[in-house]
Amino acid sequence: MATLHTVNKSPFEKRSLDCCIRHANPGSAILLIEDGVYGALKDTAVSDKVSGALDGRKVYVLGPDLHARGMSDDRVIDGVEVVDYAAFVDLVTEHDRVQAWL
Amino acid sequence: MAEPWEEDEGPVKKFMYVNRKAPYGTIYALESLEVVLIAAAFDQDVSLAFLDDGVFQLKKGQDTGEIGVKNFSPTYRALEGYDIEKLYVEKESLEVRGLTADDLIVPVEVLSQDELSKLMDEQDVILSF
Repeated sequence: MATLHTVNKSPFEKRSLDCCIRHANPGSAILLIEDGVYGALKDTAVSDKVSGALDGRKVYVLGPDLHARGMSDDRVIDGVEVVDYAAFVDLVTEHDRVQAWL
Repeated sequence: MAEPWEEDEGPVKKFMYVNRKAPYGTIYALESLEVVLIAAAFDQDVSLAFLDDGVFQLKKGQDTGEIGVKNFSPTYRALEGYDIEKLYVEKESLEVRGLTADDLIVPVEVLSQDELSKLMDEQDVILSF
């Protein structure tokens, strides 16, 4: 039943993350990839929105994309889990479908 | 003796490269850097502005080993060697993204939105990325 949502756009440039959070039902998971990883950072204009999304949902961020952009794991919002490519694959297999927010 | 193409250098114009995109997600940041380096050969008055998601281009500590893409951020440190020393970063863009000048890979001049707008108005040519 559960959906894995992926977001690959910067939340400062596009509304993809916003739309994703509004449509992601309780029990679903959100994975931030590519420029979407900026949504996982502490102390930004969108941090509170993402922290709010953690209520009833899991939020993940792809480590390789985070590190490529110069962001260390300690800059990630508490409760957001940093995952590697293998865990990305596991998430895809554990969920019934993947919905990409471009 | 000067080569023909070196004789009349013409007027020096003010060129500003405006960078508004994050690195790696799109090709804009890398392309901008390529064009800036080419332009450096023409002895013009070049400045670079980083605003909106463009400020992420200058984030320290980029490590692209895991995504299989070239890390081009060290190139910003080499710009000085091409006499490109005017790097401006918009204060408001940093703040919204939880960044400070200490997070950046090169020394920059942090300007307010108003100050940057005025500077843009003084340019002869603006190239947008």
